Amino acid sequence: MHSLSASYGAVTVLNDVNFTVSENDFIGVIGPNGGGKTTLLKIILGLLKPVKGEIVFNTELLDGNRIGYLPQMSTGDINYPVTVNDIVLSGLMIRKGIISRMTSSDKKKARMVIDELGLSEMSGSTINELSGGQMQRVFLGRAIIGDPKLLLLDEPGNFVDTTFENDFYEKLRDLNKRMAILMVSHDVGTISAHIKSFACVNRSLHYHPSHEITDEDLLAYGCPIQLVTHGAVPHTVLKHHK
Amino acid sequence: MEANIFQYDFIVKGLLGAIFASITAGLAGSYVVSKRMVFLSGGITHASFGGIGIGYFLGINPVVGAAVFGIMAALGVEYLSVKQKIREDSAIGILWAFGMAIGIIFIYLTPGYTPNLMSYLFGSILTVTNADLIALGTMSLILILYFSIFYRTILYISFDEVFARTYSSYVNLFKYFTTSLIALTIVLNIRMAGVVLVISLLTIPPNIAMLFTKIYFKIVVWSILAGFAGTATGYVISYFAGIPVGATIIFTLVIIWVIAKGISQLLMILSKRKK
Repeated sequence: MHSLSASYGAVTVLNDVNFTVSENDFIGVIGPNGGGKTTLLKIILGLLKPVKGEIVFNTELLDGNRIGYLPQMSTGDINYPVTVNDIVLSGLMIRKGIISRMTSSDKKKARMVIDELGLSEMSGSTINELSGGQMQRVFLGRAIIGDPKLLLLDEPGNFVDTTFENDFYEKLRDLNKRMAILMVSHDVGTISAHIKSFACVNRSLHYHPSHEITDEDLLAYGCPIQLVTHGAVPHTVLKHHK
Repeated sequence: MEANIFQYDFIVKGLLGAIFASITAGLAGSYVVSKRMVFLSGGITHASFGGIGIGYFLGINPVVGAAVFGIMAALGVEYLSVKQKIREDSAIGILWAFGMAIGIIFIYLTPGYTPNLMSYLFGSILTVTNADLIALGTMSLILILYFSIFYRTILYISFDEVFARTYSSYVNLFKYFTTSLIALTIVLNIRMAGVVLVISLLTIPPNIAMLFTKIYFKIVVWSILAGFAGTATGYVISYFAGIPVGATIIFTLVIIWVIAKGISQLLMILSKRKK
């Protein structure tokens, strides 16, 4: 996948955004609420048309169908009578037409994904019988069943309880070996240590290629600051930008 | 024993009516109940009464008028809530009453005889014509084909519309088309249960089914069976007791629902004890 340049809306949410996602990237997209993070995902997914600019996909890697998407939990009706197995299978709809029969190999694939995510016992359960962490894994299963080359995650920290958080990010690191990941998050606080680079979105986009900090950046806060962590907590401080 | 015309009518109309009503209401009802569109369906039903009134006034088949009004109401609610930013429940409330008002005005304005208002409001199998049965039978076939061909598409759009939009550009088309089919189903069942009562023909059977299963496909199958049990039993009771058929059917369905609720509670207690 190559360059993305887009701006959108009567109220400009994203302005003159340029960046590239390469194979096996793990990019954290951070920024304030209303800064355009979700808009960025929607544009990549084709849910919104950019007002200006365009997205260019490297068609060899990504034929436009090979994008996995883990939305914020609120998009589905969790009281809907649908099973874990069916939800995971719905990730294949991207390849199927509207007249869709799931073949036995589709179902086998779904079983593999469900097993991989540790949900084997739940596959016949309906979605409202699961815990928050399990639900998230189901939706992750739906996102990855089609073997995407790019995985988009929209604030996965939102509905995961802290006990599952580590497992979840471990899982993402595994997946990252097979696919590029673009993860939107509220703030740096909950973001994983496995992230390789950051993109800050607040109307415009600033790309930070790697973990980084300089003295100059700390001075930019305008007052003396202290970062307080216990040694074991991984942390990343980013270069200042306007 | 020689069956006279009346008995023949009673058996054939009753049986076919019960079968078609439970198939159409079971399929449409499972969709409506799962998607929490019961209030919208109530709005569609009552708004369609406007079409019945205009049908009488113009001398065309009232069911055709009702069908047009029902579909217009369904799409109208969508238009008002999405495009005009009117709260959906308010939009439903407005079209609900507006349709009823139009119906009453035009029936009042219709010269000559006053049609049997009661049979449209509360349903009457005796007013069901062969054409009605053919229409309801055709509708059963259409719904069965539609839901089996597009089962997963419909299921996934209902469950998570936003995600469905990431892979399909037909989401709105499916939503509108399904809602239109629901509107038609409701209108064709008005003959059976009447404007006021038809909504429970759609809502009670899926609620009986959902006491025992949470899987969409099974909900549909059990709704149809529960609907048939209620409709057929209610029909027979109404015939022998000489009471209005629509009301008796709904009454029977509610009784079945109460009994089913009791059984499901009992099963729950028993399964807890086993553990």
